[in-house]
Amino acid sequence: MSKSVIETPPKGGFSFDLCKRNEMLAKKGVNSPSFRKTGTTIVGLIFQDGVILGADTRATEGPIVCDKNCEKIHYMAPNIYCCGAGTAADTEAVTDMVSSQLQLHRYHTGRESRVVTALTLLKRHLFNYQGYVSAALVLGGVDVTGPHLHTIYPHGSTDTLPFATMGSGSLAAMAVFESNYREGLTRDEGIKLVTEAICSGIFNDLGSGSNVDICVITKGGKEYLRNHLQPNPRTYTSSKGYSFPKKTEVLLTKITPLKEKVEIIEGGGDVMEE
Amino acid sequence: MQFMASKQPENSLLGPESDSQRTLYPYVTGTSVVALKYKDGILMAADMGAFGFHSPSSSLFFSCFVLEVCCFKRPGSYGSTLRYKSVQRMKPIGKHSLLGASGEISDFQEILSYLDELILYDNMWDDGNSLGPKEVHNYLTRVMYNRRNKFNPLWNSLVLGGVKNGQKYLGTVSMIGVNFEDNHVATGFGNHLARPILRQEWHENLSFEDGVRLLEKCMRVLLYRDRSAVNKLQIAKITEDGVTISQPYSLKTYWEFSAFENPAQGAIGSW
Repeated sequence: MSKSVIETPPKGGFSFDLCKRNEMLAKKGVNSPSFRKTGTTIVGLIFQDGVILGADTRATEGPIVCDKNCEKIHYMAPNIYCCGAGTAADTEAVTDMVSSQLQLHRYHTGRESRVVTALTLLKRHLFNYQGYVSAALVLGGVDVTGPHLHTIYPHGSTDTLPFATMGSGSLAAMAVFESNYREGLTRDEGIKLVTEAICSGIFNDLGSGSNVDICVITKGGKEYLRNHLQPNPRTYTSSKGYSFPKKTEVLLTKITPLKEKVEIIEGGGDVMEE
Repeated sequence: MQFMASKQPENSLLGPESDSQRTLYPYVTGTSVVALKYKDGILMAADMGAFGFHSPSSSLFFSCFVLEVCCFKRPGSYGSTLRYKSVQRMKPIGKHSLLGASGEISDFQEILSYLDELILYDNMWDDGNSLGPKEVHNYLTRVMYNRRNKFNPLWNSLVLGGVKNGQKYLGTVSMIGVNFEDNHVATGFGNHLARPILRQEWHENLSFEDGVRLLEKCMRVLLYRDRSAVNKLQIAKITEDGVTISQPYSLKTYWEFSAFENPAQGAIGSW
């Protein structure tokens, strides 16, 4: 049995061998499972002291909400954070990967990471995969050169902007920004504007919903306000809470405060942070 | 989203003159119209540009309509050229209504001709009654839906507003016949950019100045973010007393953000 064509292993990048098979299956009516997308509203803006990033918290799988409270603001460096829209796996993997690369780079140079470094690493990777890595990112941070805000599109193009929105709710959020943004906002005004923009996305776009996450990055440090606003609480909750049926006998009550068993290492908190 | 390029004989499925008379794609289009109810009536805004439409192969809109289409290069097409800069896309209808349209301009003119006839016949009854906005809206819905059923749509999204006997009315009809009534409506891109603003900031009994300010806010965002928007707009007002359409004017825009001035400041040679 001799093969006229010797099959060599693919050298790197994507191998598109299975695409034909997928097409053939699709013609026969076999539906591939849909991707878990973060159909999303993500925004960023520059205010007078730094950058504020905002995101909603809904992750969708086609028409179903698969995660009501996911985290879309990813850690890149202590002074750089990145919001991700598009396929959830792609945004997580790409931001994780570049975050590790930045850490290694920090060890190598002994300096704080710069936002343009993260930008270049991300755009090179995404361009290399020609848009198949479906990650649309809003990257923001403050480094020695000042505050920066960039958007990165799945095909690898980037923009440097004073305010940016991405995701399915980007038009609703951009409407809010375009009408209300001005330069030199204070921290509270900036947070209020970002919250308004994300809420606009949450209430006007079906792919976005649940809560608002905010991350404020300044020269001094960062503040990650997880679930800063929760405009969609459960409508009906039992006010009595849960109580065990009366017949249960309590034999022993022992409460172990877990906090005491954890050692807090000063200054080492940023390592492995997600 | 598939359509096949077909040769003439295959069209016989749909009848003898199946392709030649149907609207396949719009040629000369206007962009969004935004309207809201205010204290005394309705305020409506639309810009005055009309663009040629780009080639059919790249658009999403046709998928809901076209079964078979002949995809050959059309001579004399305007592409995405801003061909007409003084198109009035809002017109008074009868005594009580104001119609604004986005989409194909020639279909809008056809609709105006139908409405002309409708109003004329109504006047000829000479019975002291006149068609109000609700009635005109219903008529338009029937026309649009009927055309859609014949696979020959009038390629417009219409906004119909008016006041009759103190009752304010604002409704919209899309090209496939979807119609509804609301306190604020928008067509096209206005749905995505203007309605979120209106949902947040509209309230009952807006004054005229507040209404105009709100409409201008929406039109400014559309000007920034809709590629087919033009900075020359008109605002129309309809109250119990009648229709007033303002003279065309432009909005002030702001481009002096520091990030726009030198985007590659952080990394020289980058973009």
